[in-house]
Amino acid sequence: MIQAIAFYLFATIVIVSAAMTISSRNPVHSVMWLILAFFNAAGLMVLVGAEFIAMLLVIVYVGAVAVLFLFVVMMLDIQVASVRAGFARYLPVGLGLAAALAAEIIIAVGAWSAGGIALTRRIAPRPDAVPNIEALGQLLYTRYLFLFEGAGLVLLTAMIGAIVLTLRERGGVRGQNISRQVKRRPQDATRNVKPTIGQGVQL
Amino acid sequence: MTIGLIHYLVVAAILFTMGVLGIFINRKNLIVILMAIELILLAVNINLVAFSSYLNDMVGQVFAMFVLTVAAGEAAIGLAILVIYFRGRGTIAVDDVNRMKG
Repeated sequence: MIQAIAFYLFATIVIVSAAMTISSRNPVHSVMWLILAFFNAAGLMVLVGAEFIAMLLVIVYVGAVAVLFLFVVMMLDIQVASVRAGFARYLPVGLGLAAALAAEIIIAVGAWSAGGIALTRRIAPRPDAVPNIEALGQLLYTRYLFLFEGAGLVLLTAMIGAIVLTLRERGGVRGQNISRQVKRRPQDATRNVKPTIGQGVQL
Repeated sequence: MTIGLIHYLVVAAILFTMGVLGIFINRKNLIVILMAIELILLAVNINLVAFSSYLNDMVGQVFAMFVLTVAAGEAAIGLAILVIYFRGRGTIAVDDVNRMKG
């Protein structure tokens, strides 16, 4: 009973905050609603027994992705009025497409419950007396090790790509030239002169 | 009253549809389009985790992790492109993006 109440609470908040995310007037409010949606989706995943994915959702999505969105929203100077133009114009076709998509998903779920697909095979059955994170780690670091490292490469590529895209060379800046500093030797930098009296030194 | 797999599938389907709708109705705002893509990926994750739990198979959660990885990379790259686009043009409307080619 308590599980059903929790499920309906989380599901309702997820759907409402998703609706507010896509229809909010201010992008900052959109990000806030998105964070609420992520938190409640994490609640849904705790409910279904996937604690590690739920914590990952909170840490990665709320802690990194949503904060990144917030930084970008606040960095760019966006006029809210011009951003909202065309909202009503695109609404009917968007609603039509969304309805078609929802109908397709419902038909697919109906075909699945009618029993067209064999769902008896298990690739990695969940072990019984093992916590969720341990079972996931045992699978991730053995059978899916190469995929795991591939995921790391994807993140590395994304990081380098983001840096390369947003790096800007600015002219007129007196930066530090490290290789020139390292190459500098005492015998190039100083010299002994013996000036004659009254002549001065040519620098 | 027990919560079955179908309940989670319905939530994920509504969330997915809402993400697609968000892409269509926010044509002037690239940031909200990226957020709608995040919503779509969240719906996919809910689907994967729900199937993983109800079919007693851990692979769904492993793949949910990979989807999470790709979502994080996509957000970073997408926002970087958004920043340089805004720096060059001073707007984030998608309708003008086709001027970017060439």
